[in-house]
Amino acid sequence: MGLIAVGIAAVKAFAVLMLVLNMSAVLLWVERKGSALIQDRIGANRANVFGVMPLNLGLLNTLVADPIKLLTKEDMVPAGADKLLHFLAPFLAVFPVLVTFAAIPFGDELVIGGQAINLQVAALDIGILYVLAMSSLAIYGVVLGGWASNSRWALLGGIRGAAQMISYEIAMGLALIGAVMAFGTLDMQAIARAQGHHFFGVIPAWGVIYQPLAFLIFLIAGIAETKRVPFDLPEGESELVSGYFTEYSGMKQAAFMLSDFAESVVVAGLAATLFFGAWQVPFLFRDGFHFPGGVIVALPHLAVVVLQIVSFTLKVFALCVFQILVRWTLPRYRYDQVMDLGWKYLLPLALANMLVTGIVIVSIG
Amino acid sequence: MIVPTQWVLMLSAVLFAIGVVGVLVRRNVIVIFMAIELMLNAVNLSFIALARARGAVDGQVVVFFVMTVAAAEAAVGLAIIIASFRNRSTVNVDELALLRG
Amino acid sequence: MTMGAALFLLVAVATVAAALGVVLHPNPVKSAIFLVVTLFLLAIVFVLLEAHMIAALQVIVYAGAIMVLFLFVIMLLNLQDDDPERGRHRYVLRGLAWLGGVVLAVELALLLRGATMGGGEVPADYGSAEAVARSLYTDFLLPFELTSILLLVAVVGAVLLAQKQRRSSLP
Repeated sequence: MGLIAVGIAAVKAFAVLMLVLNMSAVLLWVERKGSALIQDRIGANRANVFGVMPLNLGLLNTLVADPIKLLTKEDMVPAGADKLLHFLAPFLAVFPVLVTFAAIPFGDELVIGGQAINLQVAALDIGILYVLAMSSLAIYGVVLGGWASNSRWALLGGIRGAAQMISYEIAMGLALIGAVMAFGTLDMQAIARAQGHHFFGVIPAWGVIYQPLAFLIFLIAGIAETKRVPFDLPEGESELVSGYFTEYSGMKQAAFMLSDFAESVVVAGLAATLFFGAWQVPFLFRDGFHFPGGVIVALPHLAVVVLQIVSFTLKVFALCVFQILVRWTLPRYRYDQVMDLGWKYLLPLALANMLVTGIVIVSIG
Repeated sequence: MIVPTQWVLMLSAVLFAIGVVGVLVRRNVIVIFMAIELMLNAVNLSFIALARARGAVDGQVVVFFVMTVAAAEAAVGLAIIIASFRNRSTVNVDELALLRG
Repeated sequence: MTMGAALFLLVAVATVAAALGVVLHPNPVKSAIFLVVTLFLLAIVFVLLEAHMIAALQVIVYAGAIMVLFLFVIMLLNLQDDDPERGRHRYVLRGLAWLGGVVLAVELALLLRGATMGGGEVPADYGSAEAVARSLYTDFLLPFELTSILLLVAVVGAVLLAQKQRRSSLP
């Protein structure tokens, strides 16, 4: 591998990391202000400079003041805690989530100076399996954080988290298999490209049209994987203080919160890639727009690539906002309801979806 | 092949032996169970290495089956451990000796 | 030595160290974590041996599901450090076990050193999901169906065993 290739790979990895981290930070703002809007409050507005728009909208609060506050807080380790594991758990929670995004394509090929750059950090032919593998490792941060804290709340949160994530991972994996069967590949860039054509020339052939049920199951299971309301049993503050990260403070607690938000972004990214055409813009092809009715608007290559990246980012953001809306609208499930939903409804539905998909594929040929 | 197949097989042998020792020296039934998983994985490793040496994927398919059976075994085995813990409040194999006439 | 061989040796040493941790650490949670590390490192070895699909499955099934189940049970039963062993001959027995282990390892290693391997050519799609799946659904179709039945039986068995109160069959 030449130096240029290494440089390109580094730039891509950095860009994707920034995308996830910044999106998480913006989501924090959307969450605080959005929840205030829903609950008829004003929300974060304390830190501002001269109260000028848009600084008085709480942007300074969430983007500058909150991180500084968390960074400078005292880092507590409870007595009797397992020091090493207590220290490692936040990293174990964040790391798998951040590397998951490596397999998700954020654009088609970018051609600069005759060199084609695939806008995907890791072009894996088993991309979806990689995503599942990394998301299954994310459990350890929760479980070990809960265990190492030497606290009843944390332990209960960890146990609940383990049970919930492992239950919903099965439904999530089976829903993804339905989509994989429809596209016939595990490669996420190939899946993205397969969604480029249109039915009857007008309806974009996005995954959600092939697999609406799989999308629904994936979204529910995905929200459960991120441990957000209505599935926030592992950290439900009215039951377990804050569950598995009760005994964390300062930057380590921020790491757990970041992993929650980053997980939302990853779920949104996966949903966008598999079910909403990834970076595809309706009617946009490699040389410009081809509208139905024969209208063609030619665009330069760079503009097309930028449009694709913007489209992907917007789709991910929209799905993230949807998750936040769900979070502030629905009440928390009871524990037995969470388990019932996962095992008695989503799992059989996902299996039935696979069966029907298989029958359709075989009968079409 | 990046390393001679024999090296991989030796690693597999060492891991298997560690698993055997684990079953012999530990008294906690869950840890014994984990040592068994270690042995299964040592064998998986040699399957993968030999599949690579032969240039055929059959060995990998066998590993796939081993994983499936290991998952089934873990589910049933852990359920048995929970059930016996409920009755006897211990996971020490020396104290779980009711069947010893 | 090539880069690949050096990487393999590094991972192999780490794997053996983690496996020893499983056996030696008195705390079951730590044992389980060492086993997770071992399994993850083995997945890396699988990648080095060009078994990409199996490596991904190793992480999903073993590290991601089976070991979480182990940790879940250990935490559910709230197990602490194992009690130190009692009994008169404990050191003798323990020493014998380790001796047996060393003898086994040496013997296996010597046996395998002399083995001759057929140097098969590796096809281009070796170890890909497609190649494994083709073999799985043609040559190994019957075992595949049998394992799915085995899984079903295991699920039913686990649910039955873990039930809190077994309803009596008599009224």
